[in-house]
Amino acid sequence: MQKYTLNVLMAACAVFLLVLAHFKIIDNYIQAVIMFVGINIIMSTSLNLVNGNMGEFTCGHAAFMCMGAYVTSLLSVLCFGKNFGDPLLPQYMAMFVFPIMILAGGVVAALTSLLVAIPAFKTRDDYLAIITIAVNYMVISAIENMDFVGGSRGFQGMKNTVWAMNDTIKGPWMLFWVITFTVFTIWVIRRFITSTYGKGVNAICQDEVAAEIMSVNTNKIKLVNFMISAGLAGCAGGLFAHIIGYVNPQSFNILKSTEAMVMVYLGGMGSLSGAVLSAIVFTFLMEVLRSQSLIDFLLAPATFVFPDWEPSAGVIKWVMIPLLLVLIMQFRPEGIMGNKELSDVFPKLKKYYTFK
Amino acid sequence: MDFILQNILNALQWGSFYALIALGYTLVYGVLRLINFAHGDIFMVGAYIAYAIAWFLLGPAFDLSPLMTFAIAIPLTMALTACVGVTLERIAYRPLRRKGAHRLYVVITALMCGLILEYSNLAVLGASRLKFPELVEKTIWHIGGVTITNLKVIVIFAAIAVYVFLNFIVTKTKIGMAMRGISYDKFAIPLMGIPIDAIIVFTFILGSSFAGLAGLLFAMSYPILEPFMGMIIGWKAFIAAVVGGIGDIRGAFYGGFLLGFIEVGVVTIFPSTYRDLFAFSILLIILWVKPTGLFGMPQSTKI
Repeated sequence: MQKYTLNVLMAACAVFLLVLAHFKIIDNYIQAVIMFVGINIIMSTSLNLVNGNMGEFTCGHAAFMCMGAYVTSLLSVLCFGKNFGDPLLPQYMAMFVFPIMILAGGVVAALTSLLVAIPAFKTRDDYLAIITIAVNYMVISAIENMDFVGGSRGFQGMKNTVWAMNDTIKGPWMLFWVITFTVFTIWVIRRFITSTYGKGVNAICQDEVAAEIMSVNTNKIKLVNFMISAGLAGCAGGLFAHIIGYVNPQSFNILKSTEAMVMVYLGGMGSLSGAVLSAIVFTFLMEVLRSQSLIDFLLAPATFVFPDWEPSAGVIKWVMIPLLLVLIMQFRPEGIMGNKELSDVFPKLKKYYTFK
Repeated sequence: MDFILQNILNALQWGSFYALIALGYTLVYGVLRLINFAHGDIFMVGAYIAYAIAWFLLGPAFDLSPLMTFAIAIPLTMALTACVGVTLERIAYRPLRRKGAHRLYVVITALMCGLILEYSNLAVLGASRLKFPELVEKTIWHIGGVTITNLKVIVIFAAIAVYVFLNFIVTKTKIGMAMRGISYDKFAIPLMGIPIDAIIVFTFILGSSFAGLAGLLFAMSYPILEPFMGMIIGWKAFIAAVVGGIGDIRGAFYGGFLLGFIEVGVVTIFPSTYRDLFAFSILLIILWVKPTGLFGMPQSTKI
């Protein structure tokens, strides 16, 4: 029984959300927030695989998201858009081809991660961090120099695919795909982490030399781990591009990578449920801090003393979020969950669900 | 030939900026094994402090001559920027060190402190760019076909002087010996009667004041200030430090100049948009071939 509770609950939630969205009970803004929650969950859980479970320090996760976003967008525009001449495929195919395009973006992102994974055989810690930053900058500036995808002006036309799906069967298609891929990501990561490979990943985190002595093929496990992580981030990128309908290389810069890192460390390293929880908390925090009236209220004493000062919410948000993380690091450095799963923190929950 | 010489000169100037900032990274890393990711933003704060000092001293209250202002601004900027660096160490890094937190948490704190500096600057001063006043009258010498400005000469000499000074401090003085000692064994050093916190504060003073100097010189050479100016140059200086082998003074110096030469070399051959792509690719290859940088010693792992 408890084997299925969580699955049933998640399916029920998804159906509930989709029905609400279909009959326009929740408006587009709330739908968009839910979709960003999904994307942030994919980003944080996939980065958690490397930074949390394997204990490496990579800070260029947005590079893989960028690769996924561009490859998926390019395929999408080729198949259903009008930028490069007539669409290759008829409209009714869109809903079958769309997940394949997202996965193709993921595969290319996974291949890009070889740039990080192969040097990671020899390097660790700070040197690996620098390699990931370098890869992030390389990907961005490579795309900025490609004129056929718009260069630094950005690239658009992906909305045609979404409209094509909508014309065939009317419904909240993007919400559906985001929920599907989020559940897919969590399922993949959970299966991976509890498998033999996952044990190897944890062994590398604890002690790489000892793991190697115990006949763990560290290079292979690192390679697989990096590729899965990057591939899932690529899927997130493809979805992101189709929600926004426009991609720009600079929206995947180091700040985006920092966001993903904030989520991982907020949730607790190596905790899957922590990563999911922190992605939800973080997205809602970002949305709440966007309201100008709240920021004005919080900074009322300061603006009273300096009446000329007009702080904007978009800027203050980025002062408060790092400040929050600094405080977390000072007072609860293990994050919300701290290397434990939800069922470890609340043992009574074990009665009700298992998640494999 | 003139063209090549001119580009070598430009590369030396850029390399000097990278080297000045990279020296700060490498000093802190050498002592604490901490990547102080906020260092690029300390450089930015240094440039703004220099702007404030210049504005204040040139203004009606003092009405000093530009050259006099420059002479006063150098030590004042360095001192105030050092204060910023030490404050950061005092309120953000030291409590974590006392608790014996994992290195990673300190690194994340540093990264976040950098963001806080950037965005609080943006919030307080707004997005408008500031124009730095001209302090040193620009003199241009033509030697053959090569044009040399006095600012370029000042920048290059400053970098070399700072390098020689730091090298002297680290290798020849007692305090430098203590710094090397801390990086060797953090637990035995307090037992020898060496005040570990004082040494670390001294390290931060050195690193931050030279970042302030770099900020002042950068603002004089490229007189537009904006809150994110420290971000990309900070990351690049960090890369320079890593390529040279982080924790080694020589490495930071040569790494900075190497990065300068690579960037200027790429710009002379390809369109300037390719600069970052090629610079980072070459650095990736260097790290791939020699994972501990040019001068870095491979650390043995204790089992």
